[in-house]
Amino acid sequence: MLVDSSPVPRAEAAPAPPTRRAARALGLLLSVVMLVLAALASIAVGAKALSPDQVWHGLFHDTGTYGDVVVDERLWRTVLGLLAGAALGLAGSVLQALTRNPLADPGLLGINAGASAAVVTAITYFGVTSLTGYVWFAFLGAAAVGALVWFLGGSRGATPVRLALAGTAISAALYGYLQAVMIIDDSALGRMRFWTVGSLASATHSTVTQVLPFLAAGTLLALALARPLNAVEMGDDTARALGANLDRTRALAMLAATVLCGAATAACGPIMFVGLMVPHAVRSLTGPDLRWILPYAAVLSPVLLLGADVVGRIVARPAELQVGIVTAILGGPVFILLVRRRRTAQL
Amino acid sequence: MKTRSRSRALRTPGGLSLRLDLRAVVVVGLFLATALAAGVALIGTGDAHIPAADVLRTLAGNGTAYQDFIVNELRLPRVLVGLLVGASLGLGGALFQAVSRNPLGSPDVLGLSQGSTAGALVVIVLMSGSATQVTAGALIGGLVTGLAIYLLAWKQGVHGYRMVLVGIGVSAIVTAVNGYLLTKADLVDAARAVVWMTGSLGGRDWDQVWPLLTLCAVLVPLVLAHARGLRMMEMGDDTAAALGVRVQRVRLVLMVCAVLLTAAATAAAGPVSFVALTAPQLARRLTRSPGPNLVPSLCMGAALLVTADWASQRAFGADQLPVGVVTGVLGGGYLLWLLVTERRAGRI
Repeated sequence: MLVDSSPVPRAEAAPAPPTRRAARALGLLLSVVMLVLAALASIAVGAKALSPDQVWHGLFHDTGTYGDVVVDERLWRTVLGLLAGAALGLAGSVLQALTRNPLADPGLLGINAGASAAVVTAITYFGVTSLTGYVWFAFLGAAAVGALVWFLGGSRGATPVRLALAGTAISAALYGYLQAVMIIDDSALGRMRFWTVGSLASATHSTVTQVLPFLAAGTLLALALARPLNAVEMGDDTARALGANLDRTRALAMLAATVLCGAATAACGPIMFVGLMVPHAVRSLTGPDLRWILPYAAVLSPVLLLGADVVGRIVARPAELQVGIVTAILGGPVFILLVRRRRTAQL
Repeated sequence: MKTRSRSRALRTPGGLSLRLDLRAVVVVGLFLATALAAGVALIGTGDAHIPAADVLRTLAGNGTAYQDFIVNELRLPRVLVGLLVGASLGLGGALFQAVSRNPLGSPDVLGLSQGSTAGALVVIVLMSGSATQVTAGALIGGLVTGLAIYLLAWKQGVHGYRMVLVGIGVSAIVTAVNGYLLTKADLVDAARAVVWMTGSLGGRDWDQVWPLLTLCAVLVPLVLAHARGLRMMEMGDDTAAALGVRVQRVRLVLMVCAVLLTAAATAAAGPVSFVALTAPQLARRLTRSPGPNLVPSLCMGAALLVTADWASQRAFGADQLPVGVVTGVLGGGYLLWLLVTERRAGRI
């Protein structure tokens, strides 16, 4: 059950007062500015730090100087971070609304682990090497685990604990499988140990173009679901009384989350907690209306992901800390804080 | 589950009485027999095959010098480590599941194994330490993680579900750290680390047996002495408190014991996955008795681990596949089945 104290979306009950709407729009604008700053920082910071004019030069007057090459290298990584971050944030928001569960996160529910296991299987046993080849495996794995966790967690009667446990247990089983693969095949270990932590470092132009169609489709679908999901959040009976088609909304929401997580995982490995932290922060800013939460999450999640990526490049210089590790180290404490803050009777 | 109880009461002339569940006693006997039989078979298995009769004769001290060396120096310690690790994991898992009141609240899920792994990886990757140092690192890692989970879950007492969720969070953080350490390592260290992380009994000698045996000798009686309180706590904290159990104290003592048992077992053999999760569940199903089933879980864990190691040795050849892979695959399948059936019964 949703444990938010005021689960009724206010905007559905009565139109928000104009000042509030203006404040939200302004907030969204500020978030976009933050996103641009994060993207610029992601291009400028690294083993070779660039000045703002070097970044400008590389972006708009590319003449092939050393600085321009660095910008080129980092540009795709930044774009992938933008796309993957938005995907994970949207997926997290959709999952939290769908399961009416404040602790839902693609990583925590094992969906990323499902995608990883499928990708590793594809690479090791089916010899699939291209991203467009294994992104389908990622979808398959994400969908299978998503459905399984939802079913095992108790479907409609799911509680946060049940879902988290089912997700963690399945992740543990899949993790064991990944380890077995890595033990049997040493060359798999060499390739996989970097991919399985979640990293943006290997992004290229082709990575981005290959996952872009999937991410765009998932994003549009998720944004279109804002209104029906608002109804789902109010509980089955109310939603039905309001004329919502519950089964269709649930199926489409699951599809959106699967496509978004699967594509993001295929492109940069399993990244945890982005989908958990950002929707929570956003919800406290915007209130419970998903028509605001989703755009905010889509803009602010990449800020977090790019920020984590930049931090990872600074703290371990000249080497770098993979972004999946930074988000887990940041997100774990947030998760624990959330768990502690909730009233125990509901956990 | 039948409502009629098969248990008998034993009464002594002095007025003491003891409830005795015949089925549980028989099952425990069977587990022990299985564990020992698998142990003897495991001693006989390997590059130099030794028939079971010769193994028993050598263990009694009447073998040839050659058999004596192989059995007593090479393979007996390995089997003993297997038995002790299995027993510790089984008991530790039963305690965790009873305290969290959830069949999934086992050390694998709560992040203790990952904590031990982190400790071991630090030693392997950052210090290139010896086997003994790896063991120490794993022990420290497990204990620190257990302490962290307990403290973070503390809020006017530790509640089972909160502990599970905090454990999941801690586990995610530690897993990320492990992934980082693994990417930092060169390929040789990484391969060594992955084998350690899977859990293996290969190359274990008497140095691992003695500390583990000492720890078990101290902790097992301590745990069993508190088992009565634990049985009450399964009815809920309030009921248990009303019946005179000092809930938080019993929980603290048992958690400390469970963490020590798990950390020591993990330090000795690596994080052998799913034994702590499956042993108590299988034991509970076979004894069909309510309550934490501590002794059956202990014996089941020992039987399970040694049998799995024997199966791995027979099926894939000596030391080809670490035992952790076998328990991981079998345990993963069992876990799925468990999730489905427990869900149907509404117990998770």
